[in-house]
Amino acid sequence: MALLEVKEVTHFFGGLRAVYNLNLSLENGELVGLIGPNGAGKTTMFNLVSGFYRPTEGEIRFNGKDISGLRPHQVTSLGIARTFQNIRLWNSLSVFDNLCISQHHLLGYGFLQSVLRTPKFRSSERRVKKTAEEMLRMLGLSHYALEFPKNLPYGLQRRVEIGRALSLRPKLLLLDEPAAGMNPGEVDELIDLIRWIRDEFKLTVLLIEHHMRVVMNICERIKVVDFGETIADGSPEQIRQNRRVIQAYLGEEEPVNA
Amino acid sequence: MRSYSSLLSYIALGVLAVIASKTGILNAYVQIVLMFIGINVILSTSLNLVNGYMGEFSVGHAGFMAVGAYITSVLNVMLFTQSSLFGPPLLNPSSALFLFPVTLLIGGIGAALAGLLVAIPSFRTRGDYLAIITLAVNYIVKSSVENIQVIGGARGFMGMRNVINSMQDIINIPWALVWVIICVGATVWIIYRFVNSTYGKGIVAVRDDEIAAEIMSVNTQRMKMVAFMLSSGLAGIAGGLFAHVLGYINPGTFTIMKSTEVLVMVYLGGMGSLSGSVLSAILFTIILEAFRPLQVAKWVVVPLLLILLMLFRPEGIMGHRELTDIFPRLRRWFGAKEERG
Amino acid sequence: MSFEIFFQNLLNALQWGSFYALIALGYTMVYGVLLLINFAHGDIFMVGAYIGFFFATLLMGKYAGFSTGLPPAVIFGLTVLVTMVLTAGVGVAIERIAYRPLRRKGASRLYVVITALMCGLILENGNLALLGASRRNFPELLPNTVHNIAGVTFSNVKILVIVTTILVFILLETIVRKTKLGMAMRAISYDRMAVPLMGIPVDTVIVFTFILGSSMAALAGVLFATAYPVLEPYMGALVGWKAFIAAVLGGIGEIRGAFVGGFLLGFVEIFVAALFPSTLRDLIAFSILLVFLSIKPTGIFGIARATKI
Repeated sequence: MALLEVKEVTHFFGGLRAVYNLNLSLENGELVGLIGPNGAGKTTMFNLVSGFYRPTEGEIRFNGKDISGLRPHQVTSLGIARTFQNIRLWNSLSVFDNLCISQHHLLGYGFLQSVLRTPKFRSSERRVKKTAEEMLRMLGLSHYALEFPKNLPYGLQRRVEIGRALSLRPKLLLLDEPAAGMNPGEVDELIDLIRWIRDEFKLTVLLIEHHMRVVMNICERIKVVDFGETIADGSPEQIRQNRRVIQAYLGEEEPVNA
Repeated sequence: MRSYSSLLSYIALGVLAVIASKTGILNAYVQIVLMFIGINVILSTSLNLVNGYMGEFSVGHAGFMAVGAYITSVLNVMLFTQSSLFGPPLLNPSSALFLFPVTLLIGGIGAALAGLLVAIPSFRTRGDYLAIITLAVNYIVKSSVENIQVIGGARGFMGMRNVINSMQDIINIPWALVWVIICVGATVWIIYRFVNSTYGKGIVAVRDDEIAAEIMSVNTQRMKMVAFMLSSGLAGIAGGLFAHVLGYINPGTFTIMKSTEVLVMVYLGGMGSLSGSVLSAILFTIILEAFRPLQVAKWVVVPLLLILLMLFRPEGIMGHRELTDIFPRLRRWFGAKEERG
Repeated sequence: MSFEIFFQNLLNALQWGSFYALIALGYTMVYGVLLLINFAHGDIFMVGAYIGFFFATLLMGKYAGFSTGLPPAVIFGLTVLVTMVLTAGVGVAIERIAYRPLRRKGASRLYVVITALMCGLILENGNLALLGASRRNFPELLPNTVHNIAGVTFSNVKILVIVTTILVFILLETIVRKTKLGMAMRAISYDRMAVPLMGIPVDTVIVFTFILGSSMAALAGVLFATAYPVLEPYMGALVGWKAFIAAVLGGIGEIRGAFVGGFLLGFVEIFVAALFPSTLRDLIAFSILLVFLSIKPTGIFGIARATKI
């Protein structure tokens, strides 16, 4: 059974059709790229999967369960984590706290226990902090645990955001343009990081990226969308040669009229 | 042991204050000022939860205070005293000694439920539009009370002195002060623990980036409910204490003016700084008392002073920091074990 | 409710709403430009009424033993003009002395809001401290003739208030849509960061906004004093809060929102008072507001800014 199944999903913003009749199926452990020109509906797709939008039509299944219509935090607690195109870390909380708070659904205690500091609270806090610490160590961020994210360089902020997504122990990780704004060195590190994450955490990864080097390098399968519709789906090699993809990116070849 | 040092020193101070009041070292006026300081500490720290930690702009704190004040007062007068409104006491007046905290808590719960009036709209509304809703709730509470003739309507409600008196008939210590001290301690303790737990930090995540919070597993609606209800519930308890310290309340006490005072304390102290709120509540109450002889001009001089203060410290006295950030050595006394993070 | 009574209330509501609308304008324009809830604005209205009072009585020869001997209608016109200018000065002074330094220091905008609250308190209580608690009666400058058409009575003051408000609306819409400064105002509320980069003098626009807002509050003050000729220092407090609510109801930052919101609040208040005991007026009016904002959180004309992620 596919881990994520998006079936004939259509989404409208008022009169604007952002996503049309889109299908997407992710098997466990796959690393799939979602590409397409700006405004093609890629991020909308992410927003639909993470529960931020409710699809106008269609169905989204995760692990066999229909998740369209759930609130985002409920979707997350089922095991879908994401990063954002424009980094959205909590800037007045330390890096460490950022990684703790994203485990909210794993806390298992509520207001009263947080005040009374019951044994359950203590064990839960210990667990959450241990996870966050471990994650920081694995990502090489331990040194920045007590920094505020806004004081970190861009590449590190991306890394923290990925760490925050990972610390909630997802089964599916959605990365929204992780290489945006990175310099070539940082991009190389990122490529290694994404591969390593997939292998280390046995994750399924769906990746939106404009940076072709990243996509072609790490994705096993690539889905190309334009104007909200799928125009191609296949291995990097196939996509590279697909006529419709080239058209979408470079435009139609028109006969020149003298 | 160290983790209890702050608690023990607070208890010691409280006992000292009660003894000093009992023996007359602290005269009645100083006692009243102390109690007002305590009530203001509860009000400012509880509003800081919403306005500071969660970053909303609630301008109707006095409304919740009124709910608590009226519920507690009416219950107490009905249960423990002979009054013209409700006739003879329903319970033995001496039971007030044990049941006072219960009625105080009921008042708090009532106020917390009133907090839902703001919490539920807050799911969809943010910022200045939510501010209006809090303002409207303040007015709604005030005019509701004005229209309930059974509890005195616009004329006000009294008889709470007798409740305190019946407690003092059993054990003769200044009970109002005792309860203020206990409630202040409990409030600061609750808020401190809440905002320092991973759970409670969820409200700061809501302030920083609500969308990211919701998508990264924080149940933002529940966090808003908790924050608003805790905040308004504590305000209700402050209201109950306030009513018993003054012995008389009327709807005119709980206007926007009162809410404004609390707002000033929060922003003077610093948004999201618990120790800042405590300090500014103390400072503000003392300033208000110090300028009392100016009469009308007090409300010209005090705002001027506050404007100047804000010009010099545009983030409030403490900004986002806590006392322990400025004087790390205090950590040995407060905050117990310093958690990583 | 019979037709006459309904129409009578409608007229009253239009007048009452006019005051809210004129004051709400100041809130909404300042908010549009600075995202600042200028809580001192209600008291600017009060200051306007007092300045109008003193200027009118001065012209009528109450002080210094001289009398201009001008006809009352001329005095009224002069009073309106001078009051608008002077009150605009007060508004701009507050912005320069209290708000701008704080803004320059990069304080959170809520600190500016608190400062605004403090400025309001200073105006109210400064007035009380200087002039005492005694109420003052605004002189009757316009003959208060009452007309009666088909059972509906209306005074010329009422008509003046309503017509003025409508004229002000047309004038302001034109200013905001057609003049350079007005367009700059809209630009700032659209994109705060880009405007200074485009060479638009932001401070000039802000001062202009305060001039417009404060002078409209002054106009409302003089008109209010003409219609209800009793002045007291706290007259601006409650009206001010309600006008702010009207501004939000209409969708804060929108000029037509301020007008529609003002009239709407006027209607609600007048008709609630006509149908229910008057003590329930605030309760019902605010409950309606609460329900309305819960359903439509951004007010009538306000547009929810879509968050892009």
